[in-house]
Amino acid sequence: MTQAHPIIEMKGISITFPGVKALDQVDFRLFPGEVHTLMGENGAGKSTLIKALTGVYRIDEGHIFMGSQEIRLGGTSDAQNAGISTVYQEVNLCTNLTIGENVMLGHEVRTPLGINWRATHKAASHNLAKLGLGHLNPRAPLSSLSIALQQLVAISRSMVTETKVLILDEPTSSLDAVEVEQLFSVIRKLRDEGVAILFVSHFLDQVYAISDRMTVLRNGTFVGEYLTEELNRTDLIAKMIGKDIAALRSLDSQSASRQREDRGEPIYSAQGISKKGAIDEVDITLHKGEVVGFAGLLGSGRTELARLIYGADKPETGSVHVHGEKQDISSPAAALTQRIAFSSENRRDEGIIRDLSVRENLILAVQAKRGWAKPLSKKESDEIVEKYINQLNVRPADPDRAIKNLSGGNQQKVLLGRWLATQPDILILDEPTRGIDVGAKAEIQERVLELAQEGVSVVFISSELEEVVRLSDRIVVLKDHKKIAEFENGPQVTAESIVTTIAQDGLDDQSGETTGEEAER
Amino acid sequence: MNHDSSKGMGVLKRIFHHQYIWGVVAILLLLFINMIKDPSYLSITVNETNGNLVGNLIDILRAAAPVMMIAVGMCLVIATSGIDLSVGSLMVVAGAVSMEFLKGASDNLGAALAALGLALAIAAVLGAVNGLLVSVVGLQPFISTLVMMLAGRGIAKVITGGQNTASTNGSFRWIANGYVVGLPVVFLIALLVVIAVGLLVRRSALGLMIEAIGMDPKAARLAGVNRRGLQVLVYTLSGLLAGIAGVFATASVMTVDVSRTGDQMEMDAILAVVIGGTSLAGGKFNITGAFVGSLLIATLDKTVVFLGVSSSATPAFKALVIVVLCLLQSDRIRSLFKGRSPAAAAPSVEEKEVVAA
Repeated sequence: MTQAHPIIEMKGISITFPGVKALDQVDFRLFPGEVHTLMGENGAGKSTLIKALTGVYRIDEGHIFMGSQEIRLGGTSDAQNAGISTVYQEVNLCTNLTIGENVMLGHEVRTPLGINWRATHKAASHNLAKLGLGHLNPRAPLSSLSIALQQLVAISRSMVTETKVLILDEPTSSLDAVEVEQLFSVIRKLRDEGVAILFVSHFLDQVYAISDRMTVLRNGTFVGEYLTEELNRTDLIAKMIGKDIAALRSLDSQSASRQREDRGEPIYSAQGISKKGAIDEVDITLHKGEVVGFAGLLGSGRTELARLIYGADKPETGSVHVHGEKQDISSPAAALTQRIAFSSENRRDEGIIRDLSVRENLILAVQAKRGWAKPLSKKESDEIVEKYINQLNVRPADPDRAIKNLSGGNQQKVLLGRWLATQPDILILDEPTRGIDVGAKAEIQERVLELAQEGVSVVFISSELEEVVRLSDRIVVLKDHKKIAEFENGPQVTAESIVTTIAQDGLDDQSGETTGEEAER
Repeated sequence: MNHDSSKGMGVLKRIFHHQYIWGVVAILLLLFINMIKDPSYLSITVNETNGNLVGNLIDILRAAAPVMMIAVGMCLVIATSGIDLSVGSLMVVAGAVSMEFLKGASDNLGAALAALGLALAIAAVLGAVNGLLVSVVGLQPFISTLVMMLAGRGIAKVITGGQNTASTNGSFRWIANGYVVGLPVVFLIALLVVIAVGLLVRRSALGLMIEAIGMDPKAARLAGVNRRGLQVLVYTLSGLLAGIAGVFATASVMTVDVSRTGDQMEMDAILAVVIGGTSLAGGKFNITGAFVGSLLIATLDKTVVFLGVSSSATPAFKALVIVVLCLLQSDRIRSLFKGRSPAAAAPSVEEKEVVAA
């Protein structure tokens, strides 16, 4: 990895937004045939730097060199013409078009009589096959694919053109372990072909698995550039957050020291709730002050189950008791009345309302619960806003800023605040820590444990099994839209043991053995 | 809108922060053009006998009243990312109901009030039907209200037996032609209604809820916002306001013309809303803007007549003024004034464009 000439060299880059210096004299180098990871907390300037490189933002100061020539990026098309392609965190494809159309959009095979769709789809197939996606039918609608496959389609789309630099912004945040491995083999293949890859991820394991070099940013400034093999994790985190990780470690002891007293009557119990195509009949009980983890792969039914509990989808069968009384929870509004709150995994589409301010986003659920005719007074709304901005450490602490201008981790904190403001007895958090940085993640995890201590029943859903194991008192394991196991957390429960449970369930199916205490059929 | 970005800017820039300021500029410009043709155009005189104000400006206020009503309703409907094409037809229904009722009633205040109540109630009910079709049945707003647009005029024809109905009632006529403190009653009522609706949406949480469902219906639903209820409410309100506009339009001549009353008024209302800076994509809305937009539409109509633009060229002239206005409001042109490129103006990719629709 000692190429003399980086393909991209950014020197002294500064970008200022009204009131914020997003980047301050940042340097960055990218070498061909190398995976370079950009590390930093949310708001450290990673996205801004990427947007400077893709021509979305203009730089106020500094120079960008490609090869040995200085380039000026006036817009995204300049960057594309220079051979810089980007795949963003949230897939930016047209779900209503076919896979092939998405791959070839703008590069359709043209004849004098217009577009040759046959050839176009063939070319799409060819491009997909290069990334090991040859089995996909390019004429199928994109919406028929999982998010993970859509991500890979987005990458093959970016590889249709002559790409020298591929930027992957949080490509793994919605993928499960197998899909991540599939993505990584694609990345390695491209790297070996000499493509320079800029990778951004919050998953340290993945960063260490894939990257050759990393650049660390903090608060818009350049901390340093390191070879991955020369920087261990503890040092990396210390550089990112500017302090040691004792705070993270203390969570473990906190979880273990929590008393496991008698739980008493459940505050929520569901018998045989189900929805066709989403989740088979399942029983769930939740007690005061406990954290229940839903573990399972993506698509296992964990999100679907959470949506049924919240009434976001209507259960087709079964009955629900809250505080011992039978309730019909068929809409989110009904759930909120029963003091159940649900934070969706889809922060962008089902969480924040982009164009509203932080204040409006915070008070929305409380206000909806009260009805429009009983507005919160200025004083009440100020109290809520101030309380949760301080408590959850939302940065910047400006309630009148549009939420779309906040980083992902801070948006998530605002959402958490929105649900906490409704004073829920039951709080369902679906992937609350996805795509956010180590610091914010620790803050949210800490808050979850505090809430349980305050008596809230928390349902915690995450793809990171370590996180589920660390936080939960009880773990419900789901697979293929079924609950396959439920057990108390304890020293014998680890991420590996959950994975084994999930894997074992499949083996048992094949060999026809019984699954022991879980009689699911 | 980014309120934070207006910090530290000059007062002028803060004024131009509002999109509807261009509507105000356009109104002043049109009035100026009229004044060049006739220097006495803007003069307002007091009628010696009854103390009423008389002049072109007063005529414009009077003419703007019906547009204001439907534009305010339309503004709220559009904010929920819907549209109400039926307002013109609901105007004629309200007009037909009131004329038909007054034809057989005696000429007194009681009859006028009864006619008013009946007309507004029926318009509101038809508006509620729109709301139910959109929210409960789940039809697209465009289709639901298009159906009501066709049905409404049909209902009006059934009510009047296909005839243009005239009647006499002094009290009813006063709504459109009377004066209070020297100003036309019709304008004062319109102003009060606009203020009342403005206070209703901004002092209660209605405005926030409407914006939330217009911007992101899924997220709003998960936050517990009652989308259906709000949609029914908003379409009903739009129907009610269209009813008021219909009463205004028929009371001035005490005749309902089943094929011309309220004809194409939905277009005027949509234009007024857009000029006022409310995006057709839904979300943020601006009642003051819709008010300014209505005044501009009325000014434009009067100007076209005053300048003697031939009737065949009138639509083209109107279109020209509105296109220029929309251009001035577009993000791209606005950013030229601010001196920053659209690329630098942050994530403009996802910004909803007013002019696009």
